[in-house]
Amino acid sequence: MIKEWIKSGSPWIWLTASAVSACLILVFGLLLLIAFRGLGHFWPVDIVEFRYDEGQGETLIAGELVDSAIMTAAQAKDAGYKLAEDEDFLEQRLIKVGNRDLTGLDFRWVQARFIKGQGLPSELVTIERREWGNFYGRILELRENQNTIAKNGEAFEQSEQRLKRALKLHAHIEHIQKKDVGAINFALERLRLKQRRLELDGEWSEVIQHQFAKQRSQLDKDYAVLQEQMDSLNKQIRRDSILVQAAHGQTLEVGLYNIVRMIQPNAMSLTDKMLEYISKFIEFIWADPREANTEGGIFPAIFGTIMMVMLMSVIVTPFGVIAAVYLREYAPQGLVTRIIRISVNNLAGVPSIVYGVFGLGFFVYILGGNIDQLFYPEAAPAPVFGTPGLMWASFTLALLTLPVVIVSTEEGLSRIPKSIREGSLALGATKAETLWKTVLPMASPAMMTGLILAVARAAGEVAPLMLVGVVKLAPTLPLDGNFPFFHLDRKFMHLGFHIYDVGFQSPNVEAARPLVYATSLLLVIVIVALNIFAVRIRNQLREKYRALEN
Amino acid sequence: MSHSTSVNVFYQKWRLIKDQLIRYGVVAGGLGVIVAILLIFFYLLYVVFPLFLSANVEAHADYSLPEQTLGKTLFMAMEEQNEIAVRFTDQGKSVFFDVKSGKTLLTESFTVPEDVHITSFNPGRFDKGVVIYGLSDGRVLVAKHKYKISYPNDVRKITPILEFPLGNEPVQVAEPGEQLTNVAIRHGEEQTTIIAQTEEKLYVTNFAKEDALFADEDSLRQTESQVELNDPVHFILLDKEQRNVYLLTKAGALTLLDISDKETPQRIEKVNVLKHGDMVTSVEFLTGELSLLIGDSTGLVSQWSIVRDDHNQLNLTRLRQFKVSESSVMVIAPEQRRKGFVTTDILGYVGIYHSTAERKLINQQVRNAAPVAMALSPRANAFLLETESGRVDFWHIDNEHPDVSWSSIWGKVWYESYPKPDYIWQSSSASNDFEPKMSLTPLVFGTLKAAFYAMIVAIPLALMGAIYTAYFMAPEMRQLVKPSIEIMEALPTVILGFLAGLWLAPFVEENLVGMFSFLVVVPVSVILFAYFWRFILPKKYQQRVPEGWDAAVLVPVLIISTLISFAVSPTIETWFFSGNMQIWMSRELGVGYDQRNSLVVGIAMGFAVIPTIFSIAEDAIFSVPKHLTTGSLALGATPWQTMTKVVLLTASPGIFSAVMIGFGRAVGETMIVLMATGNTPVMDLSIFQGMRTLSANIAVEMPESEVDSTHYRVLFLAALVLFMFTFVFNTAAELVRQNLRQKYSSL
Repeated sequence: MIKEWIKSGSPWIWLTASAVSACLILVFGLLLLIAFRGLGHFWPVDIVEFRYDEGQGETLIAGELVDSAIMTAAQAKDAGYKLAEDEDFLEQRLIKVGNRDLTGLDFRWVQARFIKGQGLPSELVTIERREWGNFYGRILELRENQNTIAKNGEAFEQSEQRLKRALKLHAHIEHIQKKDVGAINFALERLRLKQRRLELDGEWSEVIQHQFAKQRSQLDKDYAVLQEQMDSLNKQIRRDSILVQAAHGQTLEVGLYNIVRMIQPNAMSLTDKMLEYISKFIEFIWADPREANTEGGIFPAIFGTIMMVMLMSVIVTPFGVIAAVYLREYAPQGLVTRIIRISVNNLAGVPSIVYGVFGLGFFVYILGGNIDQLFYPEAAPAPVFGTPGLMWASFTLALLTLPVVIVSTEEGLSRIPKSIREGSLALGATKAETLWKTVLPMASPAMMTGLILAVARAAGEVAPLMLVGVVKLAPTLPLDGNFPFFHLDRKFMHLGFHIYDVGFQSPNVEAARPLVYATSLLLVIVIVALNIFAVRIRNQLREKYRALEN
Repeated sequence: MSHSTSVNVFYQKWRLIKDQLIRYGVVAGGLGVIVAILLIFFYLLYVVFPLFLSANVEAHADYSLPEQTLGKTLFMAMEEQNEIAVRFTDQGKSVFFDVKSGKTLLTESFTVPEDVHITSFNPGRFDKGVVIYGLSDGRVLVAKHKYKISYPNDVRKITPILEFPLGNEPVQVAEPGEQLTNVAIRHGEEQTTIIAQTEEKLYVTNFAKEDALFADEDSLRQTESQVELNDPVHFILLDKEQRNVYLLTKAGALTLLDISDKETPQRIEKVNVLKHGDMVTSVEFLTGELSLLIGDSTGLVSQWSIVRDDHNQLNLTRLRQFKVSESSVMVIAPEQRRKGFVTTDILGYVGIYHSTAERKLINQQVRNAAPVAMALSPRANAFLLETESGRVDFWHIDNEHPDVSWSSIWGKVWYESYPKPDYIWQSSSASNDFEPKMSLTPLVFGTLKAAFYAMIVAIPLALMGAIYTAYFMAPEMRQLVKPSIEIMEALPTVILGFLAGLWLAPFVEENLVGMFSFLVVVPVSVILFAYFWRFILPKKYQQRVPEGWDAAVLVPVLIISTLISFAVSPTIETWFFSGNMQIWMSRELGVGYDQRNSLVVGIAMGFAVIPTIFSIAEDAIFSVPKHLTTGSLALGATPWQTMTKVVLLTASPGIFSAVMIGFGRAVGETMIVLMATGNTPVMDLSIFQGMRTLSANIAVEMPESEVDSTHYRVLFLAALVLFMFTFVFNTAAELVRQNLRQKYSSL
């Protein structure tokens, strides 16, 4: 019976079925992994205090429990651990201990067998600092201008209040620095370029020189005012500080100006934690990155990605649609068109890095270099468009996604029943009118699909962008309040590149990892949503045409 | 009425015009887009093309030899800007002259004592500009030609200077009165070494700067030693480290002398570099001074270098040779910044060659006369040739990319100080003396290796999945499965790469045994479960699951069996691999383990190509005409038999094209390999080693490469290779698929 069963091939069918299950597990497992790790990033984790004894007396270690691992005895011995004879495995725990300025390392592996006990004291605080990462420990005192005004439990509550003030001041300083001082610097740079331009054209005269000097001194004056304002703010923000103590006993004074947030996770209720979670999530979306991108938010990367994708859509849609209309409606349907169609189709399979190489060589160096020579001689030798930037990145990705739009639009056009075109022509419309009034509107969902797929592809593409304009940290956004507002020549940040850069190029990969997972999650959600949307539109479209044909 | 008619006529005309305009607009736009797409290919080609261009030489000036009366030229050199040249004569004079006109700018004399005459001469080689005259009384004169650049009135002005680093007076280096038949010198910051040869002896004299604690000036410490000579040598070369002395006789006996200890020189090796009867006519260092270029009377130039052999012995070995002339080689002038050289032969032909690229760039007659001396400019963009006709020719050289050739890109190249020819990609390094090694072979190898391992993971999963989904699965489930797997395709590869590098790689390293036990445990448990389902489970439970939903039932089975296989892995590791598989492998099998290896890349990239292969293959299987399968089933074949014997056979071209497209995608993938491998360009098939692929290499090196440099163009070549490769693969797959579609429609 078993022989027959095997002969019937039924076990092999089960095996093929298992391949499908495996693929499904892979997809959903991966999505779950990213979602779990990414969403966990914002949760305020309890601080565990361990009593730890390696045989040289008991010490206290406080921090977030991150991971645990089991090694076989042989592996542990190879790694240099001393084990007793009867131990087969070594269990280790990874603890995020923070306090990088005191201990040098954010993370620490401890051996489970040396942990003598653990607890969750409610007075432990997590302090997120602008420098040196997190601090874990206890607040001893709150100080105002070096005078102690509160101690222990009271100190936390009062410093929470004062932290709000410090954060407000900090935001104010940031605003002045970025917006107002940035605008002055921008204006000064423009003046310099204008002067250089006039000098090159030979129109630089005494009168103009006088005007420029006047403008400059006005800007300098403005700057002095701002500087004064900032000095006073800086003095105010440095008023308060707290004295904190790490688990191992060392104390440290932390200025409130250096603190982003401060919580006592062990004392928080579930609601508090959820509120904290939401506030951290909002910070992640809206704030600028800190500490070499490993902390803070990813707003510039989100913004850069959106800008780039929008610009790309503006370029790719008309060209893609025109090419598709040409291929389907105007080109003679022969061998040549067939070859072109195959080529276009295949371009979708050409590695994206090749487009990057082309973009760098052709767009940046050839087009950009010539634009600089013609229009920006005053900026030389600094390149304006002759260097990677937002515009060239959008061009490159437009070229990359062109086949997607062409193929999708063509498919839409080919699905429109002939009867509709013929009907329109028979009523006396010209070919252009037929196209404009009946065919294209009907094919518009197909174009939409193509565009959405193009956007999804562009949002996730990294390799070509590394060559044509993405940077790890852009000081300014491509869109700001300075004329001409829209700076196509600027370099920008990108979600995908952010993942690569923070995950692989950052000095503190371990600490940055949760942030990378969160960024990945965001990117995955956007792309999966776009794709599902595109598939929906496509299916609806098919239904519609099927109804038309009947 | 007529008015409205005319308006109407006008309107009708306008409509037609508009129709035509739009037609032209669309045609122009459409063709424009297609041209733009073609542009990619042609632009890549346009950048790559100059790599394979030959050199170009062009006459710029010729004039009669300046100051002929001051003696015959022994050595000629040109400065960096190609404006001033100098010739040293056999009468101890140096003549600086303008390169373009031949006008004498400065003549300097050496203080040759009375009753003494010049018996030998040697240039110090390369950019230091030091020359040495050997005298008949055992003394030498050392000079250095230098050029000072100043900018009076914003115009560049170059002033030649002749300096005497060891003083104006001759320096004694041999027994007084002994005639120096041959000399050589190296002048460095810290020390200067002079080799002088008399009838039967070689004198090594070294002047080292001493750090004097109390003296104001550095004093020179002089060390001397002697070596007995059996036969007189004709050529002495001393390398820049002042360690190795090469002695060469006209007959081709090459002796290597180690003088790293200046007091006791040691003879290392002696070889014969020529066939009996041929004569050495010229010898020079190749830049870097690790190998010699030896020109002979038969027109061959051979490159000899010290090579460490299998027994760790140093040997003088011939790396390669060039046939540069039908007659005798006269002068060899090495380039200073690349491993190229220029030769002249007795008929006045000038040839430009590159050693490691094994490339002849040009060979052209400059003047029909035997050459006396040649100077190659430091930038290798011009040369001066003095011939016996008494004239000097000044030519320009246009030679941008001599260092790359078809053979150096794809073949094995024997680089200096390497034990054997090899494929090496190493485009940059910290030191200046470094020769870029640009063989694309290791990168292509890495690319194919990564793609291969990805396909091993992807093909079984994707094809089996496609078979089941297209043929056995319930339609409702299929509607859920297809989009899910299509979403897999949309996942950005940077995320897959990130997970592969930071999550999967450490996971695999920790659970290496688990990875392999997984391969056994999971299929076995699936079969066991199938058996259980068919024979043990009561029918009423079986019937709860509708037909074609087996895959859903299997999900928990797979998860549990996977967990089991990883849970048992530490135990297996302790039993069979003495607790640590990596160490066990390196000890027992000699296989090294790299954390970011091909296995990780294979899994991650396999994941990325599964959806591509799956959806194309599934389409091909699904669109096999139904009457074929129903016919087969009606004749009594089981579903599985129908599958393998009818469906798969019919759909095989489609499956083939699916695999090809998947392979094309794996070849071009950048981010996954960039993040999940160590990016070392090794050629090792081992699954536990990493690789460097063409695409990752471009991503890493392109931003740093200088525009239009050889490196830049080679990276473009890499991009072109990728482009061609994927384009050809995809086109082939597409053609196969179109044919299949026609076949189906005819069935």
